[in-house]
Amino acid sequence: MSAENDKILTEITENDYKYGFVTEIETETIPKGLNEEVVRLISAKKQEPEWLLEFRLKAYRHWLTMKIPVWPHLKLPEIDFQDVIYYAAPRKTPKYSSLDEVDPELIDTFNRLGIPLEEQKHLAGVAVDAVMDSISVKTTFRETLAELGIIFCSFSEAVKEHPDLVRKFMGSVVPYTDNFFAALNSAVFSDGSFCYIPKGVRCPMELSTYFRINAANTGQFERTLIVADDDSYVSYLEGCTAPMRDENQLHAAIVEIVAHDNAEVKYSTVQNWYPGDKNGKGGIYNFVTKRGICKGDNSKISWTQVETGSAITWKYPSCILKGNNTIGEFYSVAVTNNHQQADTGTKMIHIGKNSRSTIISKGISAGKSQNSYRGLVKVLKGADKVRNFTQCDSLLLGDQCGAHTFPYLEVDNETAIIEHEATTSKIGEDQIFYCNQRGIDTETAIGLIINGYAKEVLNKLPMEFAVEAQKLLQISLEGSVG
Amino acid sequence: MLEINNLYASIEGKEILKGINLTVNPGEVHAIMGPNGSGKSTLAAVLAGRDLFEVTEGSAEFLGNNLLELSPEDRARMGLFLGFQYPVEIPGVSMVNFMKTAINEQRKYNNLEPLSASDFLKLMREKKEIVEITSSLTNRSVNEGFSGGEKKKNEIFQMAMLEPKLAILDETDSGLDIDALRIVANGVNKLRTKHNATIVITHYQRLLDYIVPDYVHVLYKGKIVKSSGKELALELEEKGYDWIKEQY
Ligand SMILES: Nc1ncnc2c1ncn2[C@@H]1O[C@H](COP(=O)(O)OP(=O)(O)O)[C@@H](O)[C@H]1O
Ligand SMILES: [Mg+2]
Repeated sequence: MSAENDKILTEITENDYKYGFVTEIETETIPKGLNEEVVRLISAKKQEPEWLLEFRLKAYRHWLTMKIPVWPHLKLPEIDFQDVIYYAAPRKTPKYSSLDEVDPELIDTFNRLGIPLEEQKHLAGVAVDAVMDSISVKTTFRETLAELGIIFCSFSEAVKEHPDLVRKFMGSVVPYTDNFFAALNSAVFSDGSFCYIPKGVRCPMELSTYFRINAANTGQFERTLIVADDDSYVSYLEGCTAPMRDENQLHAAIVEIVAHDNAEVKYSTVQNWYPGDKNGKGGIYNFVTKRGICKGDNSKISWTQVETGSAITWKYPSCILKGNNTIGEFYSVAVTNNHQQADTGTKMIHIGKNSRSTIISKGISAGKSQNSYRGLVKVLKGADKVRNFTQCDSLLLGDQCGAHTFPYLEVDNETAIIEHEATTSKIGEDQIFYCNQRGIDTETAIGLIINGYAKEVLNKLPMEFAVEAQKLLQISLEGSVG
Repeated sequence: MLEINNLYASIEGKEILKGINLTVNPGEVHAIMGPNGSGKSTLAAVLAGRDLFEVTEGSAEFLGNNLLELSPEDRARMGLFLGFQYPVEIPGVSMVNFMKTAINEQRKYNNLEPLSASDFLKLMREKKEIVEITSSLTNRSVNEGFSGGEKKKNEIFQMAMLEPKLAILDETDSGLDIDALRIVANGVNKLRTKHNATIVITHYQRLLDYIVPDYVHVLYKGKIVKSSGKELALELEEKGYDWIKEQY
């Protein structure tokens, strides 16, 4: 499929990443580099309480003793952590109580991203916390949610308005000592979202955070904390984009989820950070620590992720299944194209009796990319009658890409039933030609096949996200079968 | 409808088609026969636009267009259908979704609105009857886990859905038991009109008892070495291909 496909390939890969624009807005940044002074400066800018500054400093000092992990199947370039700006905020800050006060440029930016900040314009049933660079710009539907006792606000506000909750749970799932990037985030995190669902409340709308990197040379370090009290339910969405820039940008986030007795949290991500150009220039380095704890009995945490962006992705949304009869789920589609690299997967730590986990991972590799699944299923001694099912599929487009799986199994209890299935397949030219012969062009054919392949995961996404995600998959892979 | 002139094609430098001439008019049924490895499937693939094969000489015109310049999908949208000798499986893509995409791509090409979901399902039901296909098949992924016979029926079902102007059926009869053969042949006959044409590629005379051709051609070593009426098929059945091989 040589000539024609080469043409399509060139056209598409040279096509704009749809979200690659830059917002011309006055940004306040601090000088490049990281030291204790910078940590103090960030904390001061955010007028934080002493305990939080202490937390940051401890994290920073710990970070200094750590090294960047070398075990992922990634070619990590040297990252100069002194060459990053650790705080950038749209000038007219901080938070806007009314939309009238928000810079029209910002409203326009989020409109272009499909995230209108006007509540009446918004997708019915989705509340959004919009975060640009280091700052939460606007949280919609706060009042509506507050009537139910649901707290949904930026992390900074939560620190001010609900310090006890934040203090109790921040770092309880991902301690700052957890890993290099978690320590870094804990030292310099700027903003993010906070959500608390009180006992017995089913959150009536999807909550979502939209992360946008805009400023150049900056890193984005946000944290999200979700606490679901007994018998509550919430579905949470996360989206992200960034401008096209030639230099790489660092994103190191933390997401912590705490689910109490009988609570259920669904966390869905459509990750579409700028992946770099077709030659591998630019793109986001995405190092994220996401972990939830099913603390109470019968609680459930589900991670669903569609990963299409970033030059490098390092991310393992995990579940600690502490309570009895708890459920952890991980559904993932990870797409890599051109020179992208992804090392992603999950950890299911079974502590509670009768805890169950399901892992469905669908990797799609194209171009010269490398796509790895890395997953740990760990069953502790006291965890009787644990069940795990893992399905790990790889789909290859072309023969210059790589797909790898690294499953780890640590089982200390004989009653556990662990199942693992894995497949590797390829989109064949004969499949494409069969579609062509029925009048379906190559791009559409790939879309059909990919969406069929990823269906199990896409079906887990909330409706309006699923459609977006389908389109995104197709766009990410356009021109990649040759 | 189809006019092939002195067509040469090769793969990896190996010449497979060596000067094919063939004219097909609306309403006609042509049978192409010949021993294995003669180039029958290659001819079908070249006409459908498989770029594994390189056309080195000659021309092919379809409905007044230079066929060889069109993309495979445009050839299909214009009404050229290939029933594959070996239909491929496409896991995860449901027949319904696949056919709906195919039909609507064709409609778009012809400046028609996409079919509504209900019209589409109605059409599916109608056409399924023609090839006596059970509904469970259309709920599955394209050809996935289909038996040999089911795959062939599925090809005819797709042909019925797409209503091509020219259908090239590549060994649609091979591997079929007599009932399936009858169903497939009936399907093809039901779809015959004055306006469309069919090229039946087959190894055996058997199918031609059911689908009666206007012309029979023998393809051997990349050339059509003999063309005649339907009686040629009987002669081949009787004498085998050896006398052809000896002669050419
Ligand atoms: N993909 C291919 N690669 C190399 N040779 C091929 C390929 N397809 C067909 N051929 C060769 O082309 C010749 C004709 O094959 P084919 O058209 O399938 O014959 P038929 O359909 O008449 O049995 C054979 O010699 C076969 O080996
Ligand atoms: Mg053949």
